[in-house]
Amino acid sequence: MSPGAHVRTQGTRRSYLIGLGYAVILTLASFWASSTDVVYPPGVPILLGVLAIAQMGIHLVFFLHISSAPDQTNNILALAFGIFVVGLLVFGSMIIMAHLNHNMMPMDRLMQMQR
Amino acid sequence: MSAAEQALATADAVPLSLRGPAPTRVVAGYGFWLFLLSDIVIFAALFAAYAVLSGETAGGPTAADLFDKRHVLIESACLLASSVTCGFGSLAVQSGDRSSTYSWMAITFILGITFLSLEVSEFSHMLSIGAGPTRSAFLSAFFTLVGTHGLHVTLGLCWLIVMLLQAATLGFKPMVSRRFFCFGLFWHALDIVWIGVFTIVYLGAHF
Repeated sequence: MSPGAHVRTQGTRRSYLIGLGYAVILTLASFWASSTDVVYPPGVPILLGVLAIAQMGIHLVFFLHISSAPDQTNNILALAFGIFVVGLLVFGSMIIMAHLNHNMMPMDRLMQMQR
Repeated sequence: MSAAEQALATADAVPLSLRGPAPTRVVAGYGFWLFLLSDIVIFAALFAAYAVLSGETAGGPTAADLFDKRHVLIESACLLASSVTCGFGSLAVQSGDRSSTYSWMAITFILGITFLSLEVSEFSHMLSIGAGPTRSAFLSAFFTLVGTHGLHVTLGLCWLIVMLLQAATLGFKPMVSRRFFCFGLFWHALDIVWIGVFTIVYLGAHF
């Protein structure tokens, strides 16, 4: 195809409505999960994380039309790299700060040393 | 399929790397994706700061004290609905249907404004009870993260107005169509960031 050639329209109304349906279910599930007694409490953050990632995936597929089409390959590679950087930033920061926090002298001892 | 497309589809077709540049629409879309990812890196840094500081309430109000789930559910519904109406608007742009474009994008705008006004009302309430960004590290991180998202939504709405004016004056030229496409990407990406915000900040608060 030459530059400027007409690209077939992305997505259809169905795609947006299906995405909306899944997104609503996942959102309501998240809100339910945060206040339920049914799930083992330490597992709730993981459940929320899974629901959030699932919903992000729904958005990417149904709204942003990420797919395995050849035109989308570069977008998928860029997205994968982006996820890598985000993971590094967020989990790296949390791990490093938790480690530093663990190695810090307790605050009351620290204050004592200042006197 | 045209004869050219059929020729390309056969097994001994010209390899993808030798077919010349992709259509401008695809290249513009890719470039905008890269910009969006850089934007998401900014949000990742703000999320990281929030994750580290969310417990540092300095004796002040905690997340559980301040956040109202129903309020957040309505905000989330507004943003999600605006994403869908933006999608319908994009379809209208692609088919060159002016009046549908205006209607769907107007609804998108109204939903965006509703989201913003809900967020502003929440922020001003928090400021009025002394839970502003200067109260504690947790609140600084909260206001920066959620405020930056709100700023992006505001700028997106300004961009939408500009795009509607361009559609009115220039019609649906390929350039205008590409810009609408980029706006759509931006708007959906903001909703994706919001998923992270409401999960980690608002729903994560109750632990």
